[in-house]
Amino acid sequence: MTQVRRLLALASPLRTWLALAALASALALLANVALMAVAPTLISRAAVVTGFADIALAVTAVRGLAVARASLRYAERYAAHVAALRILARLRVRLYLALEPLAPAGLLGRPGGDLLARVVADVEALDGFFVRGLLPPVAAAGAGVGACLVAAWLDPRLGLVLLASLMLAGTALPLAARRLSRAPAAGLASARGELHAVLAEQVGGLPDLLACGREAEIGDRVAETTARMARERGRLASARGLSAGGGALLPGLSGLALLALAIPLVRGGAVPGVLLAAVPLVGLAAFEGVQSLGEAFREVEVGRAAAARTFELLDAPVPSPDPPRPRPLAGRPDVELRGVRFRYRPAGPPVLDDVSLRLPAGGRLGIAGPSGAGKTTVVNLLLRFWEAESGSVLLGGRDVRSCRAEEVRARFGVAPQRIHLFNGTLRDNLLLADGEAADDRILDACDQAALGDLVRSLPDGLDTLVGEDGLALSGGERQRVALARVFLRGAPVVVLDEATANLDAATERRVLRAVDTFATGRSLLVISHRSAPLELVDRVVVLPGRPRPA
Amino acid sequence: MTGKVRLTDDGRAPGAERRLWREHPGARRAVHAAVLLSALAACAWFGFAVLLAAVAGRVFLGGAALPAVAVTLVAMLALVAARAGLLWAGEVVVQRAAEEVKGSLRARVVARLVALGPAYTVGERAGELVHTAGGAIEELDASITGYRRARLLAGIVPVLAAILVLALDPWAAAILLLSWPVLVVLLALIGGRVRERAQARERELAWMSAHFLDVLRGLPTLKLFGRSAEQATTIEAVGGRFGATTMDVLRTAFQASLVLEWGATGATALVAIEASVRLMGGGLGFDHALAALLMAPEFFLPMRRYAAEYHTGQAGRAAAARVYALLDEPDRTPAGSRGAAENPAGSLTPMHPISGFGSCGARSRISMRSLRSSSPQPDLGHLAAKSLGQVSGRAPGRGAPPDRLDLRFDGVWVAHDAGRRPALAGFSLEVPEGATVALVGATGAGKSTVAGVLLRFVEPDAGSVLVGGVPLAAVEPERWRALVAYVPQQPWLFHGTVSDNIRLARPGAADREVVAAARAAHAHEFVSGLPAAYETPVGEGGARLSGGERQRIAIARAVLRDAPLLVLDEATSHLDPETEGLVLEALARLARGRTVLQIAHRPELARAADLIAVMHAGRVVEVRRP
Repeated sequence: MTQVRRLLALASPLRTWLALAALASALALLANVALMAVAPTLISRAAVVTGFADIALAVTAVRGLAVARASLRYAERYAAHVAALRILARLRVRLYLALEPLAPAGLLGRPGGDLLARVVADVEALDGFFVRGLLPPVAAAGAGVGACLVAAWLDPRLGLVLLASLMLAGTALPLAARRLSRAPAAGLASARGELHAVLAEQVGGLPDLLACGREAEIGDRVAETTARMARERGRLASARGLSAGGGALLPGLSGLALLALAIPLVRGGAVPGVLLAAVPLVGLAAFEGVQSLGEAFREVEVGRAAAARTFELLDAPVPSPDPPRPRPLAGRPDVELRGVRFRYRPAGPPVLDDVSLRLPAGGRLGIAGPSGAGKTTVVNLLLRFWEAESGSVLLGGRDVRSCRAEEVRARFGVAPQRIHLFNGTLRDNLLLADGEAADDRILDACDQAALGDLVRSLPDGLDTLVGEDGLALSGGERQRVALARVFLRGAPVVVLDEATANLDAATERRVLRAVDTFATGRSLLVISHRSAPLELVDRVVVLPGRPRPA
Repeated sequence: MTGKVRLTDDGRAPGAERRLWREHPGARRAVHAAVLLSALAACAWFGFAVLLAAVAGRVFLGGAALPAVAVTLVAMLALVAARAGLLWAGEVVVQRAAEEVKGSLRARVVARLVALGPAYTVGERAGELVHTAGGAIEELDASITGYRRARLLAGIVPVLAAILVLALDPWAAAILLLSWPVLVVLLALIGGRVRERAQARERELAWMSAHFLDVLRGLPTLKLFGRSAEQATTIEAVGGRFGATTMDVLRTAFQASLVLEWGATGATALVAIEASVRLMGGGLGFDHALAALLMAPEFFLPMRRYAAEYHTGQAGRAAAARVYALLDEPDRTPAGSRGAAENPAGSLTPMHPISGFGSCGARSRISMRSLRSSSPQPDLGHLAAKSLGQVSGRAPGRGAPPDRLDLRFDGVWVAHDAGRRPALAGFSLEVPEGATVALVGATGAGKSTVAGVLLRFVEPDAGSVLVGGVPLAAVEPERWRALVAYVPQQPWLFHGTVSDNIRLARPGAADREVVAAARAAHAHEFVSGLPAAYETPVGEGGARLSGGERQRIAIARAVLRDAPLLVLDEATSHLDPETEGLVLEALARLARGRTVLQIAHRPELARAADLIAVMHAGRVVEVRRP
């Protein structure tokens, strides 16, 4: 239940709106109960009186209740959604603030974008928790108690019967339905996940499957998963049928019981005859609130699961926090690794084992070695994205862990191996490196990165949209955008991490010449497993890589 | 454009929905059965209301005692029980209908994806296609079990209720029937506005989620440039704007339900007042008046349910439209292959032979007619129209593969998307059987498209491909691919073990054959180092292999496949020089006695080739020996 409590804590600034919504909802339910009490009484009175004056009050009440009910519903929905939307907006910002220090080290082992996509969906799902999960039980309880009190005022037994059947319909029935649907719901969720995985795999790997002549299997696996989903859906439908059937059965039975109880009371004179018809109808109307409780339970369940995942991220420890009293960085950005040992997972093999290297300010160093040797890891450590297990990473003679990460990163201009482009214009993506740069400076940087001709040939130039994660650009074009960012950035330490791997030889030569000029007066760190980029540097450190098994 | 789902402007596609029901008569019958069950349940409730009013009248006015009405009470009990049973059965039956539709559509969608092939499915469209086959089809579930049934019931139950009320109290019936059209018109008016705004909200929601995701995924990049903190403000602003739009939609939606609620509750109140006034005047019996009052809400209930399900219907309709757009996606029927099959080769090609690069071809030992045809400015609009699917129906292509594997590309054009420059623009090349030909050229020169054409993933828009003198388009794709081993640029690892993944190329292969293939691809070394060697799970959730390791698995697949034609697409691009040397040597061994098309972005990789063809802007500009 801690998730629910934390969700409530999250909602506390908006408790007034939520309380208003619950109140309006309860009153709307009660208005309906009252209408179902007054309307049959009006008809009963009309059967025994003759003057309109005798029923005028009841007529007014009926009209008033009808209007009140509709208006209260409107008020309830309005207040509930205002509250939910504001809560979610706050949550989203909090989530971002929590994730920001985690990336990328703290997000390792969380499968790619899926988790992040789920976070976005989870926040959306919490809307249902507040609007359809939290409020209905509160309102149903309020309205149910009110209806029972009215019934008990006529005769305590009536109140008790109503209370018992409301409890049954409001708790036992949803609980039974939930019990019945838990296994198939879990089965459905896993089958759905599997279907998605199977589809993603088979769409993504279609070239491989076709090339290997395996097309027949594709449909089989999908049909198999679909059949599993159908079985679970069938069981869920049965549980839903129980809810629907039980939801009709219990009010009917309760109405009948109240009627059967009220008949002797009317004959005995304990209850006035004009109220006889109202008794079973109040009983029926009282169920309106509890009828949505099954859904409310489901929403709470969904909300709890979503909240658990969300809070897990909010609570994740920051892998490499800034020290409480960061030391300022010295002027000369000498870079040094001293006896560094590092692994990405505590149980995993060491990626770097006792690695030492030095790049004095203004110097040029290359790092070579087979794939998996930890070349990119060196950059991650320099940027303080990760922390060394032992040994130290020094910038200007200071251990980077004693400095503010942002200040450390400001010294570096990195063209990384994995490039993220934001869904925006080319200009947006380039301005990231220097928010103030004017167009001619941007184009200048593009020219240095051999991107200028392409940009000028585009009809929208720098305003060309690059698409989601820059998908409109080819691998080589992306690399050139990343290089242009480095030229714009103008940081004292330039790092190229396989930055020209996707370029053809002529373009690569052009870009490397520009880097050569640009790096004059700066430090240059080149990571590559190929010779062309390494020609820029004076000295090359070769990382040995994973020990080969015998 | 071809891949985009076509919807009518407002997102509705009534045609798709109608077609869905026409194509699934069994499901239609099941839905009708469920509707019948639900309508019977409503009738049981009507009976309960009439009997309740009768009992109340006999006790209240007639002074009857409990035993006198006991039989009626038992009848009411039976009706309540029957109603519960009918509702349960309705849910079960309607679900069957949904499953039938979903199962059949999904099978068809998957078959369609396979038929459209990788040229259609890879890249940015993949996510959308997975969603269509998975999530979109699931969305039909709620639309069938909820919306479809509610809609049919909204047309039946109010009529039944109105007939009953008419018999009980004609005036009450008149009130109900008069309020009905007023409500429907009001709802339709507001509903249109709701729909419009809801779509605006959907767009904004999608945009907001995408933005949030983009920022999260790009966090390392933002941090690199010290720009991550300021994003919190942007997220707050985007969220705030989304909230405002949502409230705007919701306000309109709430107004719709306010009108509905007012109408329904108001009409019920009016019936109560009308009935009591007539009752006082003696024009109406008590039990009739009470029964009419009880029936009034039942008259409106189906319409309220329908309104509540309306959005699932919208979603279902959009989903159906999406599914049918994919099912109707025309085959990539190649103009060139048609030409090859029906006319003398190339007669449909929209270009004129020129002899601009003849001098390069003359140098080659193997006769190269590669540089014969190509025109600088072909009729691109013509090509675009074809790729948009104006040509439909499969070309005659059921034939057996040829005996010889001499490949000849003749003026092949491929335009991936209308408006963009074509990937291949008059590509011509000959690869004699048994030769190794390397394709080199800058990024974007169209090298991978050649592999796609050869594997029949892409059909040329113009020009022809001949294999052993037979048009490739006339060979059945599956039988053709049985002759080809392919190492793609980005090999896919499937969920399963390393050996499963190698065995993809030949399911029946023995363990030692798998190991031998891995050894030949120099994959054995790193596979042995994995926690469970060949039984280590890879793919999603499994061990993460580097790009070079994945490539070596793909090469092992090709070795195991043992096919006479080998297509290598940048097969060593992710390898370090040492491993690259080893793998190239292994590939050279594999190439012996086979026909090989090797794509390389660096000419030095093509040392082992018999011939190097240099590509630029979609065609061969130079052919030379290494």
